Order: sequence, then C-alpha cells, then structure tokens
Amino acid sequence: MATVTLTVNGKKVSGEVEDRTLLVQFLRENLNLTGTHVGCDTSQCGACVVHMDGKAIKSCTTLAVQAAGSAITTIEGLADGTQLHPVQAAFREHHGLQCGFCTPGMIMTAVDMINRHKANGSKLDEKTIRAELEGNICRCTGYHNIVRAIEAANAAMA
Amino acid sequence: MYEVNYHRATSVEEAAALFAKAGDAKFVAGGQTLIPTMKQHLAAPSDLVDLRHITALKGITVSGGQVTIGAGTTHAEVAGSAQLRSACAAICDLAGHIGDPAVRHMGTLGGSIANNDPAADYPAAMVALNAAIRTNKRTLAAEDFFTGLFETALEADEIIVSVSFQAPAKCAYAKFPNPASRYAMAGVFVARGTDGSVRVGVTGAGSSGVFRHSGMERALAANWSTGALDNVSVDENMMLSDIHGDAAYRANLVKVMAKRAVAAAG
Ligand SMILES: Cc1cc2nc3c(=O)[nH]c(=O)nc-3n(C[C@H](O)[C@H](O)[C@H](O)COP(=O)(O)OP(=O)(O)OC[C@H]3O[C@@H](n4cnc5c(N)ncnc54)[C@H](O)[C@@H]3O)c2cc1C
Ligand code: FES
Ligand code: FES
Repeated sequence: MATVTLTVNGKKVSGEVEDRTLLVQFLRENLNLTGTHVGCDTSQCGACVVHMDGKAIKSCTTLAVQAAGSAITTIEGLADGTQLHPVQAAFREHHGLQCGFCTPGMIMTAVDMINRHKANGSKLDEKTIRAELEGNICRCTGYHNIVRAIEAANAAMA
Repeated sequence: MYEVNYHRATSVEEAAALFAKAGDAKFVAGGQTLIPTMKQHLAAPSDLVDLRHITALKGITVSGGQVTIGAGTTHAEVAGSAQLRSACAAICDLAGHIGDPAVRHMGTLGGSIANNDPAADYPAAMVALNAAIRTNKRTLAAEDFFTGLFETALEADEIIVSVSFQAPAKCAYAKFPNPASRYAMAGVFVARGTDGSVRVGVTGAGSSGVFRHSGMERALAANWSTGALDNVSVDENMMLSDIHGDAAYRANLVKVMAKRAVAAAG
C-alpha cells in the first residue's frame, strides 16, 4: 500500500492505494469521479483520457503511484460552475455524442489537441483532427459530428 | 494486474540501486508497453523502478550534426523538437506517428528500443542511422543491440541512458501501419550519409525483428533513386507471415515502403 497525494481538478487529494492500482481506478473508486470511463483492456479506446500536468494521457495505462505529485484534470474539472467548457458546449451543440460512453475521453483529447495546436501555431484542420483522434474509439457516431464539434470549439477558443 | 511494489528513482544510480535490492524487478518508463502487458498478466514483476523522474535521461542535443536523445525523451518531445527537426526531420515524423497523442505523451525512446517489438518504429531508425546506444554500463552499436523478437543485448539491470547518431545528408521513414493497431506492417528507414554511404533499416516485416537490407543499400549507394530498387529482391523466407499479411505480401510491402522513403528523402 502507498499513500498517493496529487492535485485533481485543482484540489489536493490523497488516498491509500495498492501500488498496482490504476489511475483510473483511483479516480473512479477512491474519488468517485466516475466521468472517466474504461472502455477496453488494451489501451486502445481512449475512454479513460485525462490530463496529467496538462497533457492527455490514458489513465488506464498509468498507475496511481506513477501519477503521485502530478496535477490531474478530469472531465469533471472542465466546466466553470454551470458554464460548460467551450469543447463541452460544442459537443452538445453539434450533437457530438450518442450514448456518451466515449465522450469524456473524446472531450479531454479534444481540449489537449486544441491547446497543443494553439501553442505551436499549427493549423487544426479536419484531416489533422481525424488523425489526432487515432486513440479514441466511438461505436455510435461515425465521428462526423465529433469532428464538427472540435472544429467549432477550436474556432470558438481562437 | 498482480501485486507489485513501486519505487521512484531520481537518478540513474538510484534506479540501479533500487533494482539491485528488489526481487524480480523491471524498469518502467512511459509504461505504454509494460503496464498493458502487466494488466494482461503477460508480465508480473515483483517491483517496478520508475525512470520517468530522472532528468539525466531526458532531452535532445544537436551539435555539429551530432544528435543525442535521452532515453527518457517522450515520442511527443521527439516529434515536437524544432532543433531535431532541422537536423533529422525523419525521426521527428517517425515519433509523431507512433500510436496516438496520449501514448506519445508518455511513451519513450528508451522504452521502445528496450522492448524491441518487431513491429515498433524506432528500431528501424536506430539501425539505419547507425546509432550508438549508451547504457549505464557500456555503449553498443544499434545492430549489436537488437538481437531478435523482443530481444536485446541489455542485461536485466542495465539502463539505457541515451542514443547518439550523426545526422545523415538525407533520410526518411515510410511506414505501412496495420489498419487496426497502427504498428508497422512494414516500415523502412533509409539514410544516406554525408560520405554517400547508405543504410536501410526494416521493421515490422522480418521474422527475426529489425534488419538491414544490404541489397537495397548497395543499389542505393550506386544510384540514389527509387528506380534503383526495381531489381532488388526481398527474400520472402525472411518475412513474418501472420493473419495480417503473408510473407510474400510483406516482402512486397518492404520494397514499396523503401521506394516511398527514398522518394520522400529526395
Ligand atoms: C495504443 C498503443 C499504440 C502503440 N503504437 C505504437 C506504434 O505505432 N509504433 C511503436 O513503435 N510503438 C507503439 N506503441 C508502443 C509505445 O511506443 C511504447 O511507448 C513503447 O514501446 C515503450 O515505451 P515506454 O516508455 O512506454 O516503456 P515501458 O512500457 O515503460 O517499458 C517497456 C520496456 O522497456 C524497459 N525500459 C524502459 N525504459 C528503459 C531504459 N531507459 N533502459 C532499459 N530498459 C528500459 C522496461 O523495463 C520494459 O521492459 C503503442 C502503444 C500503445 C499502448
Ligand atoms: S480504457 Fe484506457 S484506452 Fe481503453
Ligand atoms: S457516443 Fe457512444 S461510443 Fe461514442
């Protein structure tokens, strides 16, 4: 067992975990932050994407102890009170979800991709968005409206 | 996942000492191969020694065409380095097409070459660039480092510190990704040195892992053009054959990827 201390959505938290506990288990089971999903056993679906120190990572492929000391942002940490984050608002507006299972990971991936492309000044066009979604699988939407939502959010965040 | 004891090191020496004290330990860097493998019970180390917080393993330096990349440098850092791009853009592009953005934020060069997956991308570049792989014990030439499928010359307690190579005059990597996993079905890295010598590294296709193709190297040294590869044969008997593609298909892919790489290198 280990005590892990990290910052989650701006708040300092600690918990007792086994060293083998995955970050996603810690978020869901210790902190009750069940917005982060688990969609696979093979690190391929992206439903579990969160940000660690500002970068998108798969919380199913990281141990909670590896994340100790870092700052984690989950889907629950994006909105400002009742004010949705522009990417959340765009997913709602453009019907970027159906069942919603993949959505938290899609949105965390989208926020990361928009921020990254803004920071290095590169263009986020449709082709780039589709390539950047390589690690996020959606069984419902056919991706079309997810891509539209990300394009709209990118424009809104310019 | 089976139980495991986690240790975080902040220096290479500390990592080596933690490893020596533990039972059946393994190093973990980005964890993008090791954690999935442990989740599937295909690896069950008693202890993990985390290398991710060792600053001495991170970073990229380029001086006078000599490139050094720390083993702990992530795929995203390699892909995004402007300094490296001006010396050897092909390795940035290679790193930028490994897996997906989240994998690239964690996965490292050292982890990739230590794992030596026969479908991994970096091994082809290491062999074609004639990279020197420095560990906490010695320095190995890439060709001596990769010894077979998932096999390297590394001892269990040996830590890769960095890789170095001389930036070639021209180079490029062409990969045919498996449409599901995005790992290479065949990936060919071609490099033409400032002295005109040519090295060709092939990943994804060979039945004993990454290899150099001497026939292509000779043809390209004599005539650096895609046409020079027309009459070079790729031996089917050396190829992997599986549900994703049989040996004849892969042998053909190797040639197609080699041509694409030469065309891209210009
Ligand atoms: C969804 C997905 C897609 C992927 N797609 C690709 C792809 O297209 N192409 C590709 O090449 N790879 C791909 N990978 C693998 C990825 O590149 C991994 O990051 C890489 O193989 C391992 O790096 P790591 O830092 O994560 O290593 P870890 O998983 O931490 O470690 C892997 C092995 O290396 C050892 N190790 C790590 N660092 C050192 C060191 N410094 N010295 C000695 N031993 C060390 C560990 O002990 C372990 O045995 C993919 C992975 C995933 C999950
Ligand atoms: S649950 Fe993490 S990638 Fe599928
Ligand atoms: S909305 Fe159902 S999986 Fe994407």
